[in-house]
Amino acid sequence: MTDQKKTSTWKKITGNRLFLPLVCLIVVLLLNVIKTPSFFQVSIRNGVLYGYIIDVINRASELVILAVGMTLVTASSGGQDISVGAVMAVAAAVCCQILSGGQVSTNVFQNPLILAIIAALAASAACGAFNGFLVAKLHIQPMVATLILYTAGRGIAQLITQGQITYIRVETYQVLGNYIGKCPIPTPVFFAIGTVLIVYLVLKKTALGLYIESVGINGNASRLVGLNSTMIKFLTYVMCGVLAGIAGIVASSRIYSADANNIGLNLEMDAILAVALGGNFLGGGKFSLMGSVIGAFTIQALTTTLYAMNVSADQLPVYKAIVVVVIVCLQSPVVKKISADWRAKRKLAGIEGRGF
Amino acid sequence: MKKKIVSFVLCTVMAAALAGCGSGGDGSTSTAASGGGSSAASSSAGSSSSASSKEEDTGSGDAITVGFSQVGAESDWRTANSASMKETFVEANGYHLIFDDAQQKQENQITAIRNFIQQEVDYIVLAPVTETGWDTVLKEAQDADIPVIIVDRMVDVSDDSLYTAWVGSNFRAEGDKAVTWLDEYYKSKGMENEEVNIVNIQGTIGASAQIGRTEGLEAGIEAHSNWNMVAQQTGEFTQAKGQEVMESVLKQHDDIDVVYCENDNEAFGAIDAIEAAGKTVGIDGDILVVSFDSTNAGLTDTMSGKITLNVECNPLHGPRVQEIIEKLEAGETPDKQAFVDEEVFAATDVVKSVKTDAGSFDVTVVTQDVLDNRAY
Repeated sequence: MTDQKKTSTWKKITGNRLFLPLVCLIVVLLLNVIKTPSFFQVSIRNGVLYGYIIDVINRASELVILAVGMTLVTASSGGQDISVGAVMAVAAAVCCQILSGGQVSTNVFQNPLILAIIAALAASAACGAFNGFLVAKLHIQPMVATLILYTAGRGIAQLITQGQITYIRVETYQVLGNYIGKCPIPTPVFFAIGTVLIVYLVLKKTALGLYIESVGINGNASRLVGLNSTMIKFLTYVMCGVLAGIAGIVASSRIYSADANNIGLNLEMDAILAVALGGNFLGGGKFSLMGSVIGAFTIQALTTTLYAMNVSADQLPVYKAIVVVVIVCLQSPVVKKISADWRAKRKLAGIEGRGF
Repeated sequence: MKKKIVSFVLCTVMAAALAGCGSGGDGSTSTAASGGGSSAASSSAGSSSSASSKEEDTGSGDAITVGFSQVGAESDWRTANSASMKETFVEANGYHLIFDDAQQKQENQITAIRNFIQQEVDYIVLAPVTETGWDTVLKEAQDADIPVIIVDRMVDVSDDSLYTAWVGSNFRAEGDKAVTWLDEYYKSKGMENEEVNIVNIQGTIGASAQIGRTEGLEAGIEAHSNWNMVAQQTGEFTQAKGQEVMESVLKQHDDIDVVYCENDNEAFGAIDAIEAAGKTVGIDGDILVVSFDSTNAGLTDTMSGKITLNVECNPLHGPRVQEIIEKLEAGETPDKQAFVDEEVFAATDVVKSVKTDAGSFDVTVVTQDVLDNRAY
């Protein structure tokens, strides 16, 4: 009796869609304990929290924000927005350019910070709306539609900053990417938690989450039951754009500058990977926001791990690729089926064994 | 129908983006981008603007025509590089420069070189965006008897005779200068026998600047038994990565003496990470920061003492290219490789000059005057 109960709770845990992503994250973190015992040590240095694990959480913030947006887009349209990295650069460029009043470097705000942030978010929302229009209204494949801004986005950002790196050497601006006053927790973490919470609440407290899933599973059927599937797809792209904008502002505040060439470079691929690692089906439909968040932390944990292990720079991508291949394979439907079959066979063998 | 609209929208966006890059990339461009080159060539058809046909006229005069294919305008360094060329090859010096901005694309550069050949320029100057893939087009230039001078990055071609000369920075010498300065600095402090723990934040792996500067440091460490490389990791020439790498390194090692950043942006990131960890930088602080490039922002930090040593990577290639062209005009054979002069900047005058294989260099202490008089 108790045995049965045990297996059912065990099944509940392993059956949860967050189980595998979590296990992957834990395995990556455990690897560190063996190689770098001090990995989980957290101390207060200089008035702020200090330690590898803090770095992972801090540095993953932008990726978490992007992954949330990418999850929505993936769920609703069954495709990915590959322009998010470029949109980050656009938002950073708009923000810094307004703050500097067109100069290359500034020591005082030329315009209010709030205006710059609103303008940057508006610009990124416009980028998202452009993608959304192409995908939802014109039915262009998401990857092709967003390829436009993927290529042109950095050009636009360069155009805004006149091809230079714009520096904002003002303490208040650095708060967004560093620390608020004496608060020991890095500000980007608050941004990440805030975005995840808000998006989660919006999805759960309204029917939007359900609508997105149904549009992703079958757009035509959703339209026939009265959902405006075009509008819902469009909305997810706008949200993805705005989230990329937030990530862009945080990233630019970290380095107090708008580096149009490098902000968010290749981050769109990490964001897609985070969605996949989170156990989400990239073809759209049902999704798990938390899965993507866990995926984002896994990727950052991996990067920090490789730094901590002193893996030499030229080999870094190879190790990263190996781990990713293993994780993705573990979560693939085929492997899942094989393991399920194997388990069933063992159970059968057990019954037969008892029979004899 | 739908497809037509889509393709129309796509074309408009592309055209808008291209036009935008052209005007924003470099406002002072004398001739237009790759499109401008071809219109100048076909100016007899009467379709081009008056500006380009006028240039065509002056080009056919006594002046030496130089076609310069530039990578783009991605950094201060690049902008200064373009400006140097434009200032050197002015009509007053007897030159006519056709400038082409390739927007970071090799195919644009190849088109530009073909246009230069069609326009029968006297010399082609090329700042290649990548090292490989130049064989065919350089052969075309050779067949047309137009000497090609490569600037900045090197080209990797099967036959060295495809280009006449190369002008650029000696990255290995830059590394050597930094190492020699450190050596002299520790000697002057009477600390030549103490352990020195060095962290190397490398540039993008495989870039010639990364290779040369890393080689310089590695040779220095080999020559000093008391110097240890405690960590070596790439910062990809960016501030964000430099900061991330330094954050990680600081957690593994508590007694770092020198951070060797292979460009200024990485140094900014490293300094932020060091200060966030509660340590100080500079000669009176815990960690010395060594950097390269000497951009305006980098030298500002050198003046304030945050970057202790900043080795220049000189973008002013114009005069050296002019020397080569003058030699060629006089019928002489120029050296295959010509290095530009590069200075050493420091926050302190403890070390007056550094001697390396490439010669002896005075160390300049950065002041506001030095900063104001710089071309970039």
